[in-house]
Amino acid sequence: MLSMSTNNLSYNDQGGSDSAVEVGQETTPTSSNAGAGFGLFSTNFKKNDDLKEMLESNKDSLKLDAMKRIIALIATGKNASELFPAVVKNVASKNIELKKLVYVYLVRYAEEQQDLALLSISTFQRALKDPNQLIRASALRVLSSIRVPIIVPIMMLAIKEAASDMSPYVRKTSAHAIQKLYSLDPDQKEHLIEVIDKLLKDKSTLVAGSVVMAFEEVCPDRIDLIHKNYRKLCNLLVDVEEWGQVVIITMLTRYARTQFTSPWKEDGLFDENSETAFYESDEKKTKNGDEKKSYMMDPDHRLLLRNTKPLLQSRNTAVVVSVAQLYWHLAPKHEVGVITKSLVRLLRSHREVQYVVLQNIATMSIQRKGMFEPYMKSFYVRSTDATHIKSLKLEILTSLANEANISTILREFQTYVKSQDKQFAAGTIQAIGRCATNISEVTDTCLQGLVLLLSNRDETVVAESVVVIKKLLQTQPTQHSDIIKHMAKLFDNIAVPMARASILWLMGEYCERVPQIAPDVLRKMAKSFTSEEDIVKLQTVNLAAKLYLTNSKQTKLLTQYILNLGKYDQNYDIRDRTRFIRQLIVPNEKSGALGKYARRILLAPKPAPVLESTYKDRDRYQLGTLSHTINTKASGYLELSDWPAVAPDQSVRNVEVIEPVKEWAPSLGKTGKSKLSKSSDDKFYSDSGEEEEKEKGSGSSSSDDSSSRSEESSSEAESDEEKSSSQSSEESDKSSSQSEKSSSESDSEQKKTTKKPPQKKTVKPTAKDSDSDENGNVAKETSSSSAEETSSGSESGSDADSHSGTECKKKTKSKAKPKMEVKSTKVSLLKEVSLLKEVSLLDLDDFTPTPVTRPKMSVLSPSLLGDLEGLSLSNISSTIQVSGPAFVPEKRHDLLHRMTGKGLSAQYQFPRQPCLYQPTMVSVQISLTNTTDHPLEQIHIGDRGPTGLDMHCFNTVECLLPEASVTVSLGVDFNDSTQAANFQLCTKEDQFSVSIQPAVGELFLPATMTEQDFRKEQGKLLGMNESSATITMAAENTTRQPISRQVATVANLGVVPSGQDNIHRFAGKTASSGAVVLVTVELRESSAALITINTEKSVMGPMLLRDLKRALTRA
Amino acid sequence: MIHSLFLVNSSGDIFLEKHWKSVVSRSVCDYFFEAQERASEPENVPPVIPTPHHYLISVLRHRIYFVAVIQSEVPPLFVIEFLHRVVDTFQDYFGVCTEAAIKDNVVVVYELLEEMLDNGFPLATESNILKELIKPPTILRTVVNTITGSTNVGEQLPTGQLSVVPWRRTGVKYTNNEAYFDVVEEIDAIIDKSGSTITAEIQGVIDACVKLTGMPDLTLSFMNPRLLDDVSFHPCVRFKRWEAERILSFIPPDGNFRLLSYHVSSQNLVAIPVYVKHNITFREGSSQGRFELTLGPKQTMGKGVEAVLVSSQLPRGVLNTNLNPTQGTYTFDPVTKLLSWDVGKINPQKLPSLKGSMSLQAGASKPDENPTINIQFKIQQSALSGLKVNRLDMYGEKYKPFKGIKYMTKAGKFQALLSN
Repeated sequence: MLSMSTNNLSYNDQGGSDSAVEVGQETTPTSSNAGAGFGLFSTNFKKNDDLKEMLESNKDSLKLDAMKRIIALIATGKNASELFPAVVKNVASKNIELKKLVYVYLVRYAEEQQDLALLSISTFQRALKDPNQLIRASALRVLSSIRVPIIVPIMMLAIKEAASDMSPYVRKTSAHAIQKLYSLDPDQKEHLIEVIDKLLKDKSTLVAGSVVMAFEEVCPDRIDLIHKNYRKLCNLLVDVEEWGQVVIITMLTRYARTQFTSPWKEDGLFDENSETAFYESDEKKTKNGDEKKSYMMDPDHRLLLRNTKPLLQSRNTAVVVSVAQLYWHLAPKHEVGVITKSLVRLLRSHREVQYVVLQNIATMSIQRKGMFEPYMKSFYVRSTDATHIKSLKLEILTSLANEANISTILREFQTYVKSQDKQFAAGTIQAIGRCATNISEVTDTCLQGLVLLLSNRDETVVAESVVVIKKLLQTQPTQHSDIIKHMAKLFDNIAVPMARASILWLMGEYCERVPQIAPDVLRKMAKSFTSEEDIVKLQTVNLAAKLYLTNSKQTKLLTQYILNLGKYDQNYDIRDRTRFIRQLIVPNEKSGALGKYARRILLAPKPAPVLESTYKDRDRYQLGTLSHTINTKASGYLELSDWPAVAPDQSVRNVEVIEPVKEWAPSLGKTGKSKLSKSSDDKFYSDSGEEEEKEKGSGSSSSDDSSSRSEESSSEAESDEEKSSSQSSEESDKSSSQSEKSSSESDSEQKKTTKKPPQKKTVKPTAKDSDSDENGNVAKETSSSSAEETSSGSESGSDADSHSGTECKKKTKSKAKPKMEVKSTKVSLLKEVSLLKEVSLLDLDDFTPTPVTRPKMSVLSPSLLGDLEGLSLSNISSTIQVSGPAFVPEKRHDLLHRMTGKGLSAQYQFPRQPCLYQPTMVSVQISLTNTTDHPLEQIHIGDRGPTGLDMHCFNTVECLLPEASVTVSLGVDFNDSTQAANFQLCTKEDQFSVSIQPAVGELFLPATMTEQDFRKEQGKLLGMNESSATITMAAENTTRQPISRQVATVANLGVVPSGQDNIHRFAGKTASSGAVVLVTVELRESSAALITINTEKSVMGPMLLRDLKRALTRA
Repeated sequence: MIHSLFLVNSSGDIFLEKHWKSVVSRSVCDYFFEAQERASEPENVPPVIPTPHHYLISVLRHRIYFVAVIQSEVPPLFVIEFLHRVVDTFQDYFGVCTEAAIKDNVVVVYELLEEMLDNGFPLATESNILKELIKPPTILRTVVNTITGSTNVGEQLPTGQLSVVPWRRTGVKYTNNEAYFDVVEEIDAIIDKSGSTITAEIQGVIDACVKLTGMPDLTLSFMNPRLLDDVSFHPCVRFKRWEAERILSFIPPDGNFRLLSYHVSSQNLVAIPVYVKHNITFREGSSQGRFELTLGPKQTMGKGVEAVLVSSQLPRGVLNTNLNPTQGTYTFDPVTKLLSWDVGKINPQKLPSLKGSMSLQAGASKPDENPTINIQFKIQQSALSGLKVNRLDMYGEKYKPFKGIKYMTKAGKFQALLSN
């Protein structure tokens, strides 16, 4: 009250000062344009006597004008409560706009003027009986918004009545009113729950969202109310308005976590069928489950997942994210991938949306790198991004980093470090630090890069580098004394306290490695001690103590001086620390037993700090929630429970088939439209019957039994299952009897409509196989082209080829495959024909206009660089030509031993020839030998496993006689990593899992170039891209010939002519991405040599270095 | 859900407040102002700010902060999406969404906000329902209202809210039945200093303006639907039809709406329509630097590149520039160091270039930042991805509508990184 009166006072003051203006204004009757009037009124303030007068006049226009001015007052936050009596009189006005504005006023001030507000109640009570549904609804809306406790019983009554109104719109309003009443008087909870229970049974899409909202506010723990309505809600979901969808999805996520068992218990087995299974019936799914005999998904669980999936395409970002979190929390691990694309799409939305979405992705990407790795580029930072967006993107990029992409990410980071936004640059340095600790291969590279940054001009950058280097050195306490020395030199120029403190700490920790420098640093610190920041002082004391213990001869006096300074410092922390240290290290009679352990206390080996994401534990909150965003529990946050060990009874969700006819059966005053909207299962599109039929025909699984309104959702679900089971049988039919289908082409023409969904499925898995998209595509391409060959029916050789090609494509059909192998080639030929038909039928023009290119390559490939002609930079491709191998090692590696291979033995070697199939592939020769006494038939390559390396398979070896051997060649795209290519080598009877592990040197193609070009290329690849080591060479390796041979044995590199005798150069490119690799071996005196490797592939560099070191030091 | 809404202008004044539940004192915004002060740029204010009793969720559009006050757990995107919807509605109603426009139409704004939320839960956000409830102000209507004393509030009761097709009202009538579709594609790209593409992707939207009588049911099919990698639809589009046949089938809302937004699959190589050739040098120790920039068309499928605008944030060390454009006009703001060059149309015969010198801070060392160039352009009558609409059919009504389709390509976030 007090605040109110002061408010009034100031307001009157203003009024007084402006009274002159007011007079002038008042003489003209203010029926003028409302808009212009407000501009004036909101700035110049009036006493409201004139408003009162206007409200009491007879003219509606005057009243309206007054109300508009009052609303403008409210909008600007000024107090207009004293006009209440005058305003409330107009509550029953005939003018709609006037009435609406009065409502707005009433709702705003009723709480403060409770007695007067009661005057208006009877008007609303009357309106609640109005024949027009919109008037009833609006009356209820305003009535329930008046926060006056006295009218609680009236509201309760009105809500109950409205809950059984025949208009769904009024029922929706009553659902809203429930929350209002609950917040006004929580004691009404029990009655309100009854109403909620009743409204939950409502079948209108209009009501669903609002009532679930009320449920969440009033009784979120009454899960039992949901059981019977669960299936209905799932089925209605698509047609509910978007805001309601968000609320329902969030609620159903919680519900599902209490009712279903975890789908995550499946062992690591990757169900490649997932995409297909998604569209298939629950029955098929359960069949699969039986085979695995581990987990069976509840059909209701599946129903939820299936019905929410289309909403990923919603234009409402909140809906998309709520579906995404539902999948994250509920779907089997391998199905979560479907949300990736949609989340990435949201990154193009508004800044605020990006912020929230990136936060959620950051949490997800920590657990599931693979999900977002293909979209890494979407997280590249743009200079126009806001700071918090930048740091989130950095966070995600860091989480996504792995051995394969680290070089790309580090290159991107190098650009960021140069950013004008220094805060962001500092963040990048931390990110580099995290990458360096997570991926041990690049630790050295990163460390060197960071050391280079120490000479940066910007202070924040340098300081951040120091801090990060300190952490890195700690995780890797090997010989890094030169880095420490370097930092000691920089010490004088660094002013940022945190960085100074970090250097001091490093000095102390590794003081034995830099015995000369540490005391000197301490000496400098002693001089400047008093002017340092607290954190630096603490570290100085630390350093002094450590030096005292290790090198007391030199530092005793210095230490005592510093301890004395510390003793009288203003900061009690420092005084405290000083006292403690003095007792610990300076021996005296009082120090007692602790002094003996001083060395062990201060110089104990410390565990390295773990650099980890701040988003590590965010997933304890449900994704997409406010709590997740702010990382603390928001009020009203509802915990997501853990999966129950045993699923509760699922029959609770069954609904009796017979349900009493609704009491609001069509009656007078009902328009046809509201009739339609009332029946729950109506689609929005039910007015186009033709459409509906079509949808049904194409196997839509949603409930479309709109005709029989009395039928309940259980039967709905049943019919659903029936439909889908028929679909699935059709599916299995199709896969088992391929030949039949191909023979009767006309038949399939007839069935075109019914066959549509299965057709889609055959293509979908490959196209959507999110992890190995490109592979999928390539495979498809080969299969379609080779199938074409086959259809021309000429070569039997290409037949086998295409066979294997198709298999890659149809790897999802793993169940049916072994059977297919058994069939004769003739059948498979027929299959190809049928497949070709299918493919061409579906794909039409899609393959021709858009040649399949590999996006990753496109960035780097020389051909593209060639495209960019006319640009100033000299291209790599112009100077480098791929040459023949200098040396082909004879070494063979075992692929399959004859014991494990049941008589089939296989060895592989790298012929170092450019691969014929695709330039990015590395060719591998495999020699197969039959050591049994019977012929082996149909030796071919089967399933490649999930790693998804691109491979070109060899033609099936039809028959291998006993004691015979055959050599076949294979192309593998290793993507410039030493990751093993895993695949299955199959014979007619058996399958053997084998893997090819390439040495890093085999992933190159030799190149020739001039010495000048070599130097130029080398100049571009310094810093992080350089790795070097000094070695002692074996005696016989000190001349040109042996060095060349040794290097060529290890790596497939070309020799670059060199002018100097003691320097030997080799060059090559990586097979997959064509990145330049330069090796320099520089001989020093007494058989020492310096090996330098320059390549932007920062993982391959150190690996190659290691191999070369081993080869050259070995005798 | 949403408790209150405050509108804050760029100078930090609250110029409008609206409460849907009990009144929350505007002092709650102090936390927001604190965050605003901490942020270096207006964009850097965090969208979600926790305070002891409330949570503030804000969006910034048209230099106005829309600050929503929340009291308990709610998906933050729910609020953000709603606030953006509010801004869109204002823009739709008043043409612009500025402080002046909102203040001038404060009553309409209040009426709109009242209808959009009930007790903090969204009620009517569909623009055509709102327009039925509250007529948008036009000059003509304001004049008529003044004379006749009639109002902005719809006389007849809105039916849209009750309809099974909530985005379309019944009884729409036009004398000229027309349906226009605009395919607008934006290319986002980052070009590195050697001219090769770091990332490039195409996003597109199909905006429609449909003025058709009755309840028409439209289908739109594409020549190459496979191009569309990821799509999001207006709620009117039947998802299952799209899944099965790759056809857009829908009952359109009346008037302007966004039918579809899509992303072109990244497998397809994106053709970059323009290239930048640049040579910017800062000499160590000297107070002069050279600046040279040339633009040219690359793969534009024979269409002209228009409305080209180049802007770049030069390093802080640059005091001023003295440059000569071969066409267009350029400006350099010595305070913000923002260089912008309005090029206009690129003539392939005579490539536009901007050459000259920069004066640098004397004695300052060579700037080590990497400036970037942002480029805007437009290409008419062509969609960069090659997306083509095949046909548009109408069912459910007898008349023959006039149909039109237009293609356009624009630069989105198109950046070129410069070398030093």
